Amino acid sequence: MNIVNILEEIEKVDGEIYERLNPRRAAMKSFFNVGKKISLAAVPLALSSMFQKAYGQTTLPAAVVDVLNFALSLEYLEYHFYNHCIVGKTPGSAVTDVTFNFPNAASQAAITTIRDHEKAHVDLLVTTLGSAARAPIAYADTDFRAGGAFATVYSDYNTFLAVAQGFEDTGVRAYKGQAGNLLVDPGILKVALQIHSVEARHASHIRQMRTAASGGSPVYKPWVSLGASGQANDSGVAAVDAVYAGEDLTVQAGANIVGIGGNAGITKAIAVESFDEPLDKASVVTIANLFLQPGKKL
Amino acid sequence: MKNNELETKNELQDERLLNSTVGRRSFLQYAGASAAAIALVAAGCKKDRGYENPTMNGGVTLDFKDDFGVLNYAYALEQLEAAFYIQVANSNTQFTGTNAAAKKAYFQDIQFHEIAHREFFKAALSTNAIGSLEVDFSSIDFTSEASVLGAAMAFEDLGVAAYNGAGPRIKTGAYLLLAGKIVSVEARHAAYIRDLVSNGSFADLNSLATLGADNGKGLDAALTPDKVLAANAAGKYIKTKVSVINL
Repeated sequence: MNIVNILEEIEKVDGEIYERLNPRRAAMKSFFNVGKKISLAAVPLALSSMFQKAYGQTTLPAAVVDVLNFALSLEYLEYHFYNHCIVGKTPGSAVTDVTFNFPNAASQAAITTIRDHEKAHVDLLVTTLGSAARAPIAYADTDFRAGGAFATVYSDYNTFLAVAQGFEDTGVRAYKGQAGNLLVDPGILKVALQIHSVEARHASHIRQMRTAASGGSPVYKPWVSLGASGQANDSGVAAVDAVYAGEDLTVQAGANIVGIGGNAGITKAIAVESFDEPLDKASVVTIANLFLQPGKKL
Repeated sequence: MKNNELETKNELQDERLLNSTVGRRSFLQYAGASAAAIALVAAGCKKDRGYENPTMNGGVTLDFKDDFGVLNYAYALEQLEAAFYIQVANSNTQFTGTNAAAKKAYFQDIQFHEIAHREFFKAALSTNAIGSLEVDFSSIDFTSEASVLGAAMAFEDLGVAAYNGAGPRIKTGAYLLLAGKIVSVEARHAAYIRDLVSNGSFADLNSLATLGADNGKGLDAALTPDKVLAANAAGKYIKTKVSVINL
């Protein structure tokens, strides 16, 4: 019995075996420590325990399951938001309420890319959660017109992009707010961070699409800045103030970022832009519920 | 770039000298007799390793045994990024196209974001902070917009990969949150610059696969510190010797 051979064999089938095992150093350590003490006959048992820790879904702590299901709800929302649009723009589609036109092929391609990522996130979270995954959210469970607040979301390109920006910036804040709850599982934390920054990339691009759509006036910076009147919400849409509440923080861990280190170039706006702020779960749920049908709210 | 490579080569050569040419045991036997030769080798090393530069002080050590190591690692990368954008500004790189003015303005924004990050880590780490790194941007042509955009894209994508890869090493929630506040800003930069290089590539995860991204799962880049600091990545731009321990 040679553990290296076994791992190599598994690697042929599952290229991520070391990745799976590595964050669980404790599992490896305890395995090798056990190996020193027990007889060779007991090694298969110890091995199986190690793989259970690497692959087993039953090992997810309840707090981690909560975070991942929360994330999954948001990913379902994002996915349906974009997917409905893309399906609606597909010739011959049964979806007929997407009446705005994309200004060019690149903008539709970008929304398709984002839709595909959100779908990948949904699938990944469902797989990771296994039987602990929440019930799927269907498009019929959603209301992207938010009870009329965004009545033109699928008939006006600018409204669509404004809501998209709200979703992406909220997503970034939501993942950030939950990271600390994943400290117990570095492997899952890493995955959450990798989703988190993808959402930030989306947000950056959507903001550029909005600037392109406005012809450069107003400008929506790729990063979250201060609003035109110095308010936290820089989206120009007062209805999404909740998405940006607290984004105007300029003091980080006790350090005032404005002018830090004697740099006059670090204005209040720059200080705000330099750090994205988290959003607590309750606030995110309130925002998400705007887009869910009664009876389907989080 | 050069110094790190030289460093490695020198060590390899030293190793060969000890092991094959003389042999470890015979080296010890010859030690007394060859004092002069050893002094000569040492002198050669001294020069090539750049100890003559007073700011380098034999380099910096990132000790990943605790959160200070991770935060200093972030501080090192922010120093590098800030230095790059400062040099772009000082070089007065000419941006072109109808959005030239916007590009110049956003590069200045990014410059100050990176300076804010650098200064924040310096202040937060206080007496635990590593010293200032010396950079080597000789491989970047600051008179060329394409060269600057390419380098900026590499820095931002690498920054995202570094934070995502190091985040799970952080043990304190407050520090993890601070890293999270910064990495999404780096990702916003990365997406913006990617779109300047090629519109629509803001989250081209396939092209980021070598940095640990996974398009099938919708996952962004993530790299371990040793890979980020390697000579073919950030190490290329850092003159100061950076040692990584307890990874």
